[in-house]
Amino acid sequence: MNDVSFHSFRAQAAQAIANAHLQSAIDGATLKFRTERKRVLADLPDVEAMRDHFKAMRAATLAHLDEYLEEFERNARAAGAQVHWARDAAEAQQIVIGIARQHGATLAVKSKSMTTEEIELNAALVKAGITPVETDLGEWIVQLAAESPAHIVVPALHKTRQQVAELFSREVGRPLSADDIPTLTNEARRALREKFLAAQIGISGANLGVAETGSIVLVTNEGNGRMVSSVPPVHVAVMGIEKICPTWDDAAVWLELLARSSTGQPLSVYTTALTGPAREGDPDGPRELHIVLYDGGRSRLLGTSYEEVLQCIRCGACLNHCPVYQEAGGHAYGHAYSGPIGAVLVPLLVGLEQYEALPHASSLCGACLEVCPARIDLPRMLLDLRAEEVARGIIPPPEQLIEKSAAWLLGHRRLFNALTDLGRVFQRPLVSKNGLRVPRRFNPAQDRQLPSLAPRSFHDLWQELAAEEAAAPVPARRRRPSRRTILTVAGVSLLPLALLWRLLRRKGGKR
Amino acid sequence: MSPSRRVAIMVTCMVDQVMPEVGVAAVKLLRRAGYSVEFPVEQTCCGQPFFNSGFRDQAAELAKRSVDIFERYDAVVLPGGSCTAMIRKEYPHLLERWPGGVARAEALAARTYELSEFLVHVAGWLPAPAPHAPRVTYHDSCHMNRMLGLGAESRQLLRAAGCEIIEMHESDRCCGFGGLFSIRIPEVSNAMTQEKLRRADATGAEVLVSADPGCLMQMRGFARQTGLRLAHLAVLLEELTR
Repeated sequence: MNDVSFHSFRAQAAQAIANAHLQSAIDGATLKFRTERKRVLADLPDVEAMRDHFKAMRAATLAHLDEYLEEFERNARAAGAQVHWARDAAEAQQIVIGIARQHGATLAVKSKSMTTEEIELNAALVKAGITPVETDLGEWIVQLAAESPAHIVVPALHKTRQQVAELFSREVGRPLSADDIPTLTNEARRALREKFLAAQIGISGANLGVAETGSIVLVTNEGNGRMVSSVPPVHVAVMGIEKICPTWDDAAVWLELLARSSTGQPLSVYTTALTGPAREGDPDGPRELHIVLYDGGRSRLLGTSYEEVLQCIRCGACLNHCPVYQEAGGHAYGHAYSGPIGAVLVPLLVGLEQYEALPHASSLCGACLEVCPARIDLPRMLLDLRAEEVARGIIPPPEQLIEKSAAWLLGHRRLFNALTDLGRVFQRPLVSKNGLRVPRRFNPAQDRQLPSLAPRSFHDLWQELAAEEAAAPVPARRRRPSRRTILTVAGVSLLPLALLWRLLRRKGGKR
Repeated sequence: MSPSRRVAIMVTCMVDQVMPEVGVAAVKLLRRAGYSVEFPVEQTCCGQPFFNSGFRDQAAELAKRSVDIFERYDAVVLPGGSCTAMIRKEYPHLLERWPGGVARAEALAARTYELSEFLVHVAGWLPAPAPHAPRVTYHDSCHMNRMLGLGAESRQLLRAAGCEIIEMHESDRCCGFGGLFSIRIPEVSNAMTQEKLRRADATGAEVLVSADPGCLMQMRGFARQTGLRLAHLAVLLEELTR
């Protein structure tokens, strides 16, 4: 995970935009998810009421999260599971490594889990001498490529089948054709089966935990989650503390909305509920089930104006509907959580200073709010984070001065008129039919033609327009600034103009 | 509406400085709908650029200024959905810092209308069909669509004026503007705009219509790549109802 400055976000995004294959992969996948989501949500009798209900349930759960977590822990223990609490990533890593070492594990199979991505578990396991193998096909591809997920639901969204064939060929040690998809999947299946049988420990996340029975629920499409949680003798599930739901009735609503919002399926292919380890006489299942309840900055958000973000169930609908994500791609966000949810969650969990650009990686179009199953108001939180950046001085002083001067100017109509009139004079040599002709390095909008000031402002035109209504021929009196005004304003405006110049130059490339 | 049928127009800073023809067209349409229009000359900016970039104090000052200027009018009409949404949704909480501010902001919000909304729902005015109305495609601007729930009104006006509307794929997809977003992250903003224009172009319409000056300004930055005419709703309607 890397810090994300404006410069790095822009550079990564520019790369993604220039990659025609990536663009068509993102467009194709997200369009399919958007279309299917709409179709399967329409099957529900009253989806809007269900979303309202779901939001209220999530909010009520978070309001008493401590109680539900304790209830969950009690019931999970009663069912024979071992429950661990991790304050931060290092603690969570140590707990998992400790369990693995206790069983002499050298190979761990994993099912796809964004929480273990968040805590960077794989790197920690490798360091501890334990080889983690991702068994979700997409996640495995990403692991083989030594990359991070490009989407929170479909991690290898960005890979071509040629790239996948290359990675698989290297892994199995003989050339595989990109045109033979069945062979590719069979090879993956064969390679992963061996891992399932050899691994001493299975590691997963958990989509939700049900407090009333202490159960965890895994939602997958490939069945690998079931293998991970039933073949190795030990199963460790890492779950964010916010993923608690009080009852199975609540879980039913959660599951009705999750797959529909995510991949546009009425239900995922496998929905697995796990209550404790294998019991006496069970033909299969792990001898031990460990549940790691991971905080990682979440509890800090409780009771703040950002608590709402903890209602997220990681369906990825906001990514699939976000035009910014669709152009920039997942990697620009510099974290496993990308898209609108990442733009809010990552600065909150990790730090606004490190991820200063993320709250600005949005046109505030509101598509995310429109499709979120829990109606999480991400645009509002993006705005709040931006305000925090101003308050905490993360937005650099020259930019602050420009914004504040502009606002002050807009509070003074006559000065505003004089300055814009001055602009009309100065822009003359630069005005063309298509807008302002500005050398590219001084054009903060890059390829876009900058608009020019109209020859006359509406303010200036108004008197003639008003005269038309009065139907009395009032002579058009154009208000022109006097020479004195022009000189004064030129003087006053020199400072902000100089600053603007500096800013544009920096935006143009150096930053 | 008061019997005097007078409205104030808030042209928005962008229309004032970059596309005054939109304001002129809006005034003419309001007059055709039977209203007398006033332009309070002190007006400048609704404050949204500052609100959206995190400068809350500056946004609040400009919001307060706009309330001071416009609250004496029975109705305020804007030729832009985004600024209308700013007044309706954000002014009340921005004015919390002044005693009585919330009530004043809410009172203004209740009398503030986006142009197409005002024409259809308040004035009850629809244009007569024009003989050579163009085939158009309509861009649902984000704040107007998602925060105000408007879009059907623009289409109703265009159809009444005789336009055939050819819907583009996902007409509610953002044009890429997003205010300062277009300057802070221009690569993404520009790519979004080009995608929008490709989709509009694919309809075979002659005119791409938007009711938001910001979107229009953004999309005009790439007008070279398309044969489409990019027009504000008010400008096209005004032409068709002369």
